[in-house]
Amino acid sequence: MPDKIFVTGLGIISGIGNNLAENLDSLLQSKSGIGNLFYLDSPWHNQILVSEVKSTTKELIHRAGIHFQEGYSRNSLLGIIASAEAFNHARLKEFGGLRTGLISGTTVGGMDECEKHYQDFLTNDSANIYIDTYDCADSTEKIADCLHISDYITTISTACSSAANAIMLGARMIRNGKLDRVVAGGTESLTKFHLNGFNTLKILDNEPCKPFDENRKGINLGEGAAYIVIESEKAVKASGKKVFAELVGWGNSCEAFHQTASSPDGIGAFLAMKKALEMSGLTVDEIDYINAHGTGTDNNDISEGRAIERLFGEHLPKISSTKPFTGHTTSAAGSTEAILSILCIQHQLIWPNLNFSEKMHDLNFIPVTHLIKDVLVNAVMTNSFGFGGNNTSLIFKKYD
Amino acid sequence: MKDIFITGLGNVSPQKTFDNSQFLDEVVSFTTNQLRCQDPNYKEFVPADLLRRMSRIIRFGVAAGKICLADAGCQMPDAIITGTGLGCLEDTEKFLSNMIRSNEEFLTPTAFIQSTHNTVSAQIALLLKCHNYNFTYVHRGLSFESALLDSIMQLDSGAVDTVLAGAMDEMTQNTFQIQQRLGHFKQKPIDNLHLLEDQSRGSIAGEGSSFFMLSSKPGTKTYARISGLDFFFKPAPCEIESRLLQFLKNNGKSIETIDLVLFGLNGDYGFDNIFHNLMEHMFPKTPSAYYKHLCGEYFTSSAFGLWLAAKILYHQTVPEVVLFKNASSGKFRNILFYNHFRNIEHSFILVTQT
Repeated sequence: MPDKIFVTGLGIISGIGNNLAENLDSLLQSKSGIGNLFYLDSPWHNQILVSEVKSTTKELIHRAGIHFQEGYSRNSLLGIIASAEAFNHARLKEFGGLRTGLISGTTVGGMDECEKHYQDFLTNDSANIYIDTYDCADSTEKIADCLHISDYITTISTACSSAANAIMLGARMIRNGKLDRVVAGGTESLTKFHLNGFNTLKILDNEPCKPFDENRKGINLGEGAAYIVIESEKAVKASGKKVFAELVGWGNSCEAFHQTASSPDGIGAFLAMKKALEMSGLTVDEIDYINAHGTGTDNNDISEGRAIERLFGEHLPKISSTKPFTGHTTSAAGSTEAILSILCIQHQLIWPNLNFSEKMHDLNFIPVTHLIKDVLVNAVMTNSFGFGGNNTSLIFKKYD
Repeated sequence: MKDIFITGLGNVSPQKTFDNSQFLDEVVSFTTNQLRCQDPNYKEFVPADLLRRMSRIIRFGVAAGKICLADAGCQMPDAIITGTGLGCLEDTEKFLSNMIRSNEEFLTPTAFIQSTHNTVSAQIALLLKCHNYNFTYVHRGLSFESALLDSIMQLDSGAVDTVLAGAMDEMTQNTFQIQQRLGHFKQKPIDNLHLLEDQSRGSIAGEGSSFFMLSSKPGTKTYARISGLDFFFKPAPCEIESRLLQFLKNNGKSIETIDLVLFGLNGDYGFDNIFHNLMEHMFPKTPSAYYKHLCGEYFTSSAFGLWLAAKILYHQTVPEVVLFKNASSGKFRNILFYNHFRNIEHSFILVTQT
């Protein structure tokens, strides 16, 4: 039997809360984080709906406990806040002598300062401190410094599946005996760069997004960071700490269809889910809930929905997308939704797919529309798909 | 770790390395501090309609990947794993500049679509219709090493038999200008072939893409084996030597069994001292080589270094242009490759003869 991978810590900051407790509270109250663009300085104010972390960057500096206040991008700050919560939640500081890694996913986040200062970068020295915040590794190294992690640090960028891939890699590093425990997840602050990028693709909904609805019109972008702590069975046994879930399956596949669009039959999604399921040793009827990628675009929801129907056949689990709560947090989506999935296992409930009203003609199922409480949730699958067709599925299971 | 065999190479760089039948037979010199890639005939690798939309890094990255696949005679790798420090910089800057200039109006999506860091690995998968494991690492001076570690883990676990592993970075005019202003690149133009003679701050900018077909078994052509990999962050000065000794020991090697040390010397006197110190203390008589005068400095230049090590072992010769100290006519069996990026990210790779 391969080593078990245990989840021992959770940390999250998103449009629906600044920490795990606040996120849980919003979810229980069906309170969405989506509203008019406000904190990001852009001409699109009050025209585009997003789910922003409800704090200025200055407030985040304070919350992250950064004393030397320069050179921190919003992306890094979100990452520091969420990773520190996960780190403390798992009480990693109390148990020494173990090899600890940090694996973080991000794509455009470091752009948030770069896009403000790009002209200065080119012409003068006034914003030099922000030049190195542009590349993806900057947020990871700043997080590593704050958490004093140095055994292994890396950054993954596979667009919107980055954080899911970070979790998968962390589990593989543990199974390969290279690390005992890993802080894994992703961070992405909202930037003008990707807000405008998605806008030019005409896939932003100007109303609250409604995944898996016949009249869905697209994405509401979100921002945030989420990290989980995963540990080897041995490390957990030695500490006797609480296990929130077990990571039992992961699958990564490339759609190889188009740089940004999904194939009509969702072959990449199908293969990623199939690989994860096979690894988990679970049968299709043992998956109780799928936290879908469910972006709310015309293309994704058909493709993902068909792939789910093909894999699960008659045994469709409960399905919902939680993006109407958090928005699409892009590189942080995989870990954000991993945490939301683990909360379902922990509290035995299933999150609703907000804003749904009409079944899609192309699919046979409708998503969960209201919060389901007191339901048996033993195993949850969570999907994350990215540009470039980089698709990843993870499966978490209850641990008794 | 099990031995990993390098069964194919593809390298597009500021030198004419895209032709695997040659080995630095002709050396390109530059009179600017920004070394640009020598272009192969891209039409051989990418359909013309796709080529038109591709930025330089996508072109040379995809070409390097396809040269590598052809060299290894591989139609469908079991995994594609890449590393890039800055990703698709040209497309990113294009979209960013347009966005700033137009105050976020009238933008078109192409540059944005192609700006994500995983574009090259995704495009290679797309051209091959390869649905297998696909991953992109973006961790500064360890982007390529992270990709290599993942490849080794994949091969070691028996999950796959072949991995197309590679790295790519491109330099743009704007980023060169910014980095030069910060002192990362030399202020006055120098001749790249005399890089180490210029004792000043900064290096010269480079770019390129190097791919490797990594296999759990020898292939029809086998260049070399990767027998060890280690990387670490921000070491104390004394830590490098002890870490190296441990690395050699872990891989059943000693200082005496190393036939050649390949150093990531980049002409920045502030950072090259680390290499010089190690050389003097541990390898005073061992033949040594360097390469950044040929490809320039960039986040994933270690991929060029690994290409060089593999070629030296395959051809059993050290081209004069890369020789640093202690020429040798002996056999080359074990090459230690040591690189660091601005003394933050350090890596050792042990490359051995098959």
